[in-house]
Amino acid sequence: MSRASTKEPLIHITRRSTIAPWKGIVIRIAAIVVAFLLCSMLAYFLIGAKPADFLINFFQGLFGINRMSANIRLWMLAKDTAILLLIALALTPAFRMKFWNIGAEGQVLISALAAAAVTYYFGDKLAKSEWLLLLLMLAASITAGIIWAVIPAIFKALWNSNETLFTLMMNYVATYFVAFCLVKWTPDSSSVLGILDHGHLPTLGNDYILILIFTLITTVFMFVYLNYSKPGYEISVVGESTRTARYIGINVKKVIIRTMILTGTICGLTGFLLVAALDHSVTATSVGGLGFTAIIVAWLAKFNPFVMILTSLLLAALNQGAGQITSSFSVSTALPDVMIGIILFFVIGCEFFIRYSIHFRKKAHTSVVQEKGDES
Amino acid sequence: MFKKLLALCLAVMMVAGLCVGLAGCKKADDFKIGVILLHDELSTYDNNFINAVKEAQKALKLSDDQVIIRKNIPESNKCYETAKELVAEGCKVIFADSFGHETYMIKAAKEFKDVQFCHATGTKAHTEKLDNYHNAFASIYEGRFLAGIAAGLKLKEMMTADPSVVAHIGYVGAYPYAEVVSGYTSFYLGVKEIVPEVTMDVQFTGSWYDEIEEKNAAKALIAKGCVLISQHADSMGAPSACEEAKVPNVSYNGATLPACENTFIVASRIDWAPYVEYICRQTMDGKPIDTDWTGTLGTGSVKLTDVNTKAAAADTQKIIDEYKAKLDNGTIHVFDTKKFTVEGKELTTYLADVDDMGDYKGETEVIKDGYFHESEYRSAPYFDINIDGITKLN
Repeated sequence: MSRASTKEPLIHITRRSTIAPWKGIVIRIAAIVVAFLLCSMLAYFLIGAKPADFLINFFQGLFGINRMSANIRLWMLAKDTAILLLIALALTPAFRMKFWNIGAEGQVLISALAAAAVTYYFGDKLAKSEWLLLLLMLAASITAGIIWAVIPAIFKALWNSNETLFTLMMNYVATYFVAFCLVKWTPDSSSVLGILDHGHLPTLGNDYILILIFTLITTVFMFVYLNYSKPGYEISVVGESTRTARYIGINVKKVIIRTMILTGTICGLTGFLLVAALDHSVTATSVGGLGFTAIIVAWLAKFNPFVMILTSLLLAALNQGAGQITSSFSVSTALPDVMIGIILFFVIGCEFFIRYSIHFRKKAHTSVVQEKGDES
Repeated sequence: MFKKLLALCLAVMMVAGLCVGLAGCKKADDFKIGVILLHDELSTYDNNFINAVKEAQKALKLSDDQVIIRKNIPESNKCYETAKELVAEGCKVIFADSFGHETYMIKAAKEFKDVQFCHATGTKAHTEKLDNYHNAFASIYEGRFLAGIAAGLKLKEMMTADPSVVAHIGYVGAYPYAEVVSGYTSFYLGVKEIVPEVTMDVQFTGSWYDEIEEKNAAKALIAKGCVLISQHADSMGAPSACEEAKVPNVSYNGATLPACENTFIVASRIDWAPYVEYICRQTMDGKPIDTDWTGTLGTGSVKLTDVNTKAAAADTQKIIDEYKAKLDNGTIHVFDTKKFTVEGKELTTYLADVDDMGDYKGETEVIKDGYFHESEYRSAPYFDINIDGITKLN
C-alpha cells in the first residue's frame, strides 16, 4: 500500500494560467461536435433515425429545404436570436453586479401587457395618429418593465431581501395578472385577444428589420455602458465586493436600483417589440420561457454583450433545429428538449477543459502498476 | 493529376445530383398538407387531431413526406410564421387546431391566396369572406345529447332500484363559454328526455387540462349529492374521481373504459378524420372548401364509444340508436324550445353572437321552426343561454 500512496495518480488536473485563444475555440467546437454525435446516436437508438438523417433534418430546421423556406428560416433565426439577445442584455448589468435577476420573463411579459393594454383601450381613439399610439405603447411598456424590475431592487437595496426568490415570484404575479386582464377584456371569457388592429410598427420591407436594428443599438450601448462608463465601472466594483464599493464611496443602494431600472427599460423595450412588431396581441405565454433561456445566454457569454450574439444564436438555432426534428420524425417535443439539454451540458462542461489541463500518468508507470495488479 | 481527379469528382457529383433531382420530380403527387398544433401528443385534445391526420393520411394513401405536422405552436405570431414556412415547403392546405390561432391564420391566408387555410373551432371565416380561409367544427351537441340519453337511462334505473335517489347530476366544465355551455346543455337535455325532473350543477375549472382541479371538482359535486357525473375537459380527473366514489360517469374524448370499468357508461368525441380527408380531397381536386363545415353524426365526425354494459342500464345501446335515427332524419332537435324553459318561459326569440366582430353582441336570430339552430350559421357553437334546471356553481 505504501507503494500505491507514493505513486503518481492516473490522471491529474492542473489549473491553466492562460490558454491560447485558438485552443479555447477548438475545445468549444469539439464539444459541440461530440454533443451532436451523441445526440444522433441517441436518436438512432430511441427513434431509429439514421445519424445522417438526423443531422440533415436538424440543419434543414435552420436553413430550410428550398430557397423560399431558407429565406423565411434564416430571417426567423435572426429575429429569435435578436429577441433572446435583448433579454440577455437586459439581465447582464444586474448579473455583473451579482444581482441574480431571474424575473426577466415577468418583466418582459408585464411590458407586453402594458403595450397591449394601450392598444386595447386607445387603439380606436388614436387610429389617425398611429405614431402617437406607438409612443404611448413604448412609454407604457418601459414604465411597466421598470416597475416590475425595481420593486425587488428596492427590497434588496433597503432590506437585503433575496432577489432570486423575489424576481421569480414576480414572474407568477405577471402571468396571472395577464390571465386576469384577458378574462376581463374578452366578455365571452375565451381569453383570446387575437391580432389587435392598431399599434403595428412599420415593417420597412421586412417584418423583423426594426427588431434587429433595436437589438444592435442596444448591444453596442450595453458594451460601452459596461466597459467605458462610470456607472458600468461601479457595477463591476459592486459585483466584486460591496464592502470595497462602500469603502471607495460608491452608493451601493443607488447602483442596485439604477441598474435594475436599466434592466426594466430593456425588458420594457423587448415587451413593446413583441406586441408592436410581432404578436400584436398578448397571452400568458407571450414570452414563452425566453426570460429563462436568456439567463443561459448571458452566462455562457460570461456577460460580454458581443459574445452574447453568438450564444443567443446558438440557443435560437438549437430550438429551431429541434422543432424540425419533432416534425420530421413525428416524435413528441420531449426528445429534442433532451437533446438541447445534452448539447448545453457539453457546451458548459467544456469550460472545464478550458480552465484546467489534464495530465495522464506516463506509460511506463502504468505498465509497472498493472504488472503488480495494484490498481487502487 | 489533382485537377483530373477534381474534375472526375465534380462530374460524379453532378450526375448524382441530377439523379436525385429527377427522382424528386418523379414523385407521383406533389400535394402536401401542413398541420399546426398548439401542444403535442401529451395533450388529449391535440392527440385527437394527430390521430385524425394519421387516419386521413392512410385513407388518402399519402406518404410521410406529404404530411407535415408542427407541434407546440403558440397562439402568437409563431403560428403565422409556421404557416409561412409550411407554404414555403410546398403545402397546398394548412390546418390549425387551436382557437387562438385564428387571427394569425387569417393573416397568412390574406398573404398566400393560392393556399387553403382551414381552422378548427374558429368563428371568423363567414365574416372575413376570404376564398381560402375556412372554419370547421362538429355538431358535438348531438353526441352529448345521445350520451345524455344513456345517462338518463342509468339515472332512471338507479331511481327505480332505490326510490330515495334524487335526480340530481353534476358536470365539470372547462370554461364558461359557448362551446362548453352548448355541450352541457345538450347533455342535460338528453338526460331530461328520460328523467324530466332532473336538475344539474356545473362546476368550472378554468383550464382545459388540469387533472387535479377536475378531480376535485368532480369530488365536490359528488359530495353535494350529484349521483351521476359528466365532464367537458381533457384529463382523466373527473372519471377517476367517479371510479373511486363508484358514481356513474359519462365521459368525453378519451378512452375511459380501461381505467374506469365499473362506472364508465359511454363517451362522445369529435372525430376530425373526415374533415382532414375532405379538405385534402377538395384541394387535390381543385374544388372549393366550405367556408363553414359542420361535421355531423352522418359525416362520421360525431362519435360515441361502445356502451359499457357493465355500468350502463339495460337496452342503452338500442335506445341510443333510436334517438340517433330520429336526430338524423330531423324528427327531433336537441335544442327544441318546447323541451326547456328560460326563467320559467319558453324561448321564442334569441339573438346569438354569430358574427364575431369583437363587439360581443348578438345579431343573428337563431330560433326558428321551434328550435335553436346550433352550428348552422357558423360551424363553431354559439348556444350560450342559461336554461332552467342547470345551476352554475362558479
